[in-house]
Amino acid sequence: MTPLYFTLITFTMALAAGLLGSLLGLGGGIIVIPALTLLLHVDIRLAIGASIVSVIATSSGAAAAYVRERLTNLRVAMLLEIATTAGALSGAMISGFIQPRWLYVVFGVVLGYSALAMFHKKPPQFRAPPPPDRWADRLRLHDRFFDPATGQERAYQVTHTRLGLLLMYIAGIVSGLLGIGSGALKVPAMDLAMRLPIKVSTATSNFMIGVTAAASAGVYFMRGDIDPFIAAPVAAGVLVGATLGSHLLGRLQGRAVRLTFVVVLLWVSAQMLYEGIIKL
Amino acid sequence: MTPPPPDKKTVQQVEVLISTILRTGVTLSFVLVVVGTVISFAHHPAYLDSPGTLGALTAPAATRPHTLRGVLEGIGQSQGRSIIMVSLLLLIATPIVRVAVSILAFVYEKDWIFVGITAVVLLLLLLSFFLGKAG
Repeated sequence: MTPLYFTLITFTMALAAGLLGSLLGLGGGIIVIPALTLLLHVDIRLAIGASIVSVIATSSGAAAAYVRERLTNLRVAMLLEIATTAGALSGAMISGFIQPRWLYVVFGVVLGYSALAMFHKKPPQFRAPPPPDRWADRLRLHDRFFDPATGQERAYQVTHTRLGLLLMYIAGIVSGLLGIGSGALKVPAMDLAMRLPIKVSTATSNFMIGVTAAASAGVYFMRGDIDPFIAAPVAAGVLVGATLGSHLLGRLQGRAVRLTFVVVLLWVSAQMLYEGIIKL
Repeated sequence: MTPPPPDKKTVQQVEVLISTILRTGVTLSFVLVVVGTVISFAHHPAYLDSPGTLGALTAPAATRPHTLRGVLEGIGQSQGRSIIMVSLLLLIATPIVRVAVSILAFVYEKDWIFVGITAVVLLLLLLSFFLGKAG
């Protein structure tokens, strides 16, 4: 394979990953890393280094739009970013000295979880009022947002701030270790634990992903794990794919279509586990 | 506790500024990534038809610019890969600048707790460049 051919193939795969990631509501990184490692046999650390850069690109692009729509809770985001960046630094450090086989194994597990979480049916929306939380009062985390569904502003109360910080630290470790945004872990932490409305959770998670990824990207860069010839087509491809995905089409809603992708992602997850446990 | 009413106009200005920073950073680095890639191929015709060169570029042990200085020296020689690295660093810097701007916004609002929180986030981000060297 010549470098030109490699660049074109990688770009195309990254574009497909970005498009698919945005349609499924996952990220591009979680799809592009298996593609790079399993299909093109790229070293998993370099695949992770390339992916983390693409995560910054897509998150920043999407966050720009969300901030304008005023869905993002900037105070919650900033507070939780202490936990996610600390986690990302820990994760990026750990990835420097553990054996690559464990990266495959953890990746397989997280991918499997994300695929299943994507298909998880939400229980009917009834929620008891959130328990009061002194931290959230003190830090003035409660906010209001414009709900396009009802056309009205809605106020909401934030709770379980400390639990949220702990979960975000874990999400940060996963993000730094595997080079993915780990939105599949961040959104539930805000939606279920801290009781932010789901739209606010999604927007705020997206906003935080870029900062989280920047923390681990610094570590990867200094370690020499960001290869320009891999990262360039990956970042450009995922960005173009994700932009196309968000502009041209909405989320894929059909149950059958989503089920197909869940099965495919579970199969990919099994491949990653196989690679880590049996082959390496 | 009732929050003091935030200055709506300032908050909105900051949000627009943050949004602009993010958009500009991403667009600029995207353009530079493409330019750097094209220059790389223009400088090295062997990349177009010689399969052997790929291994040297993407092997785990291959040398690649990973210090600011190395990147800047490469730019001096107008190396395509250094232009790519600059654009990737610009991309990494975009959220960092965003955090720095947020500090100013909280200073303006005299919200000292959040000035502190945001400063910690910024420090952790800057720390990443030192941790990578140690690891």
